Amino acid sequence: MDTGMEITMASKLRRHIPAHLAPWRVSPCAFRSSKSELKPNVASDGLACAPLQTFTEEEAMLKDMVTKFAQERVAPFVQKMDENAKMEESIVQGLFEQGLMSIELGEEYGGTGASFFSIILAVEELAKVDPAVALVCELQNTLTNKLFTTYGTEEQKRTYLPRVSKDTLGSFCLSEAGSGSDAFSLKTRAEKKGDYYIINGSKMWISLAEDAGVFFVMANTDPSLGYRGITCFVVDRNTEGLQVGKKEDKLGIRACSTCPVTLDNVKVPESSILGQVGQGYKYAIGMLNTGRIGIAAQMLGLAQGCFDRTVPYTKERVQFGKSVFDFQGMQHQIAQVATQLEAARLLTYNAARLAEAGRPAIKEASMAKYFTAEVATLTTSKCIEWMGGVGFTKNFPIEKYYRDCKIGTIYEGTSNIQLSTIAKFLAQEY
Amino acid sequence: MAALRVLVGVKRVIDFAVKVRVAPGGAVQTQGVKHSLNPFCEIALEEAVRLREAGTASEVIAASLGTKACQETLRTALAMGADRAVLAELAEGAPAGPREVATALAGLVKKLQPQLVLLGKQAIDDDCNQTGQLLAAMLDWPQGTFASRVQLESGGVLVEREVDGGLETLRLRLPAVLTADLRLNEPRYATLPNIMKAKKKPLEVLPAADLGVPAGPPRLKVLQVQEPPPRAGGEKVESVESLLGKLRHAGRI
Repeated sequence: MDTGMEITMASKLRRHIPAHLAPWRVSPCAFRSSKSELKPNVASDGLACAPLQTFTEEEAMLKDMVTKFAQERVAPFVQKMDENAKMEESIVQGLFEQGLMSIELGEEYGGTGASFFSIILAVEELAKVDPAVALVCELQNTLTNKLFTTYGTEEQKRTYLPRVSKDTLGSFCLSEAGSGSDAFSLKTRAEKKGDYYIINGSKMWISLAEDAGVFFVMANTDPSLGYRGITCFVVDRNTEGLQVGKKEDKLGIRACSTCPVTLDNVKVPESSILGQVGQGYKYAIGMLNTGRIGIAAQMLGLAQGCFDRTVPYTKERVQFGKSVFDFQGMQHQIAQVATQLEAARLLTYNAARLAEAGRPAIKEASMAKYFTAEVATLTTSKCIEWMGGVGFTKNFPIEKYYRDCKIGTIYEGTSNIQLSTIAKFLAQEY
Repeated sequence: MAALRVLVGVKRVIDFAVKVRVAPGGAVQTQGVKHSLNPFCEIALEEAVRLREAGTASEVIAASLGTKACQETLRTALAMGADRAVLAELAEGAPAGPREVATALAGLVKKLQPQLVLLGKQAIDDDCNQTGQLLAAMLDWPQGTFASRVQLESGGVLVEREVDGGLETLRLRLPAVLTADLRLNEPRYATLPNIMKAKKKPLEVLPAADLGVPAGPPRLKVLQVQEPPPRAGGEKVESVESLLGKLRHAGRI
């Protein structure tokens, strides 16, 4: 038969067969995705093809410094902070002194101009010792500092950045009793009165509220616009009408305060608006995207720290004449968890490097946050089992990691939200 | 008192927290293993930086003998507060024992003219405890080893040494060589601003041969390296008498 005819016939047929039913060899292009890795090679970006665990000299030095700091200045207080649900003053001070609260900020604002990846490394190392302390570092760097540098006016930056890099904690007030995942249905209202606003409302689950000096309050200036009315206000702690309530009695990350914050006729000048009126929802989403990578780093460090303290025990503990580690059943479990940890690490590092390079990273950030939270849950649960009875007691640090990991699947976007986000991107790609 | 220049020797060693293993070839496994600044060198460096901060010293120079990899150790020294660093570069596998290090440092002393040399008392990989002493002999300078306290005076230095019998205080004329012991000070963490600044500080690399370091043959030959025997189980006893009995029986007392 004439091959030209054959091809025409085949192409006529192709048009009527849905792609998923067409035989593989007939339509090789039907399953091409618009994913970025199918684009031509990245050597033109100027990036070396090095393993993900390659750090610059500064990043390596920073990692070493934070490891030392965590072991010497944080570790002795971990149990006490967890029992009393109170963050140790000297640790927060130490974080500020070491420059760990202003990692990415420019030198003109008191920062050091280090890379975004440095934040991830610092958070990971701190989380190995205490995830609550890691959270303080993470929120300040990825939320507070980023909000100011991305959306602040020159005046706001000059006023607040030197403070937040020296001794002032920032606190992000978005969630309310009635709006968690559905953040944009928030009810806190900001009424315009001339050149100032009156804010009324009640925020809940606000991290660091107990000790924060400056609050980012997300309030709606015009509910008739729905979420397009949400505006971000920068409110100082001692503003009249702003009340920080009693902190929650939590299962985990107890050293880091989580409080309700009420705003009772809080009067703020128009100049306290961060960015533009009605753009608050965009800022919230934008910040939470990089925040996700930070939380992934926290969960990663948590899981790794727990794992690091369990395996040596399994090698020491002897039952039936050999160490617990030497039983093949145990080895297989431990190897599985180690593999998942490595995968979680690479997801997190890659998302961080993508964000650092200014490339789209929302899907990867969601994947990293979702996966590391799951891995942390698995790792800590298994570690308690491997430790046996002692894993179940408060004398050993393992049970604390188990309690701490749960929040990873909940805050900064629940696991379900992450999966929906990933699915949204997948839908666009195919 | 005129401000003085301090030379600090730093060594790149396997990190103290790493579990050291013997490679199949019969040498200590160093490939892919975490290295860091020798803790005693860190203490020496901290002392030098404190002297500069107090205004007693004008400049702190960190120096090392080794392969290119030592540059990262020198950067850490810069991040901790040294003003500049010098690497006497060796080829991979070239000998770098105490005699070679002392020769390199002596060469640097002639070049840089410091009034004080601060070293760690020993390195945690070979535990030689020889470099400081060899260097002092080569330069014909007084030495204050195992220093647990250092106080500079006009033209001299008061050194408190930890010796077997207790503490010994010496007064030395400058220039002098001191080696730092554990209790001299507690080294600082490099703060992030200093880590970022370290990149801009000068790090000079020169061939070790320029300082007179011989390329070979090594003065120390390693005959054998083996892991310690696996730990045998212990035994719990009920009373002091029974403990003494068991120790006598084992020939220990």
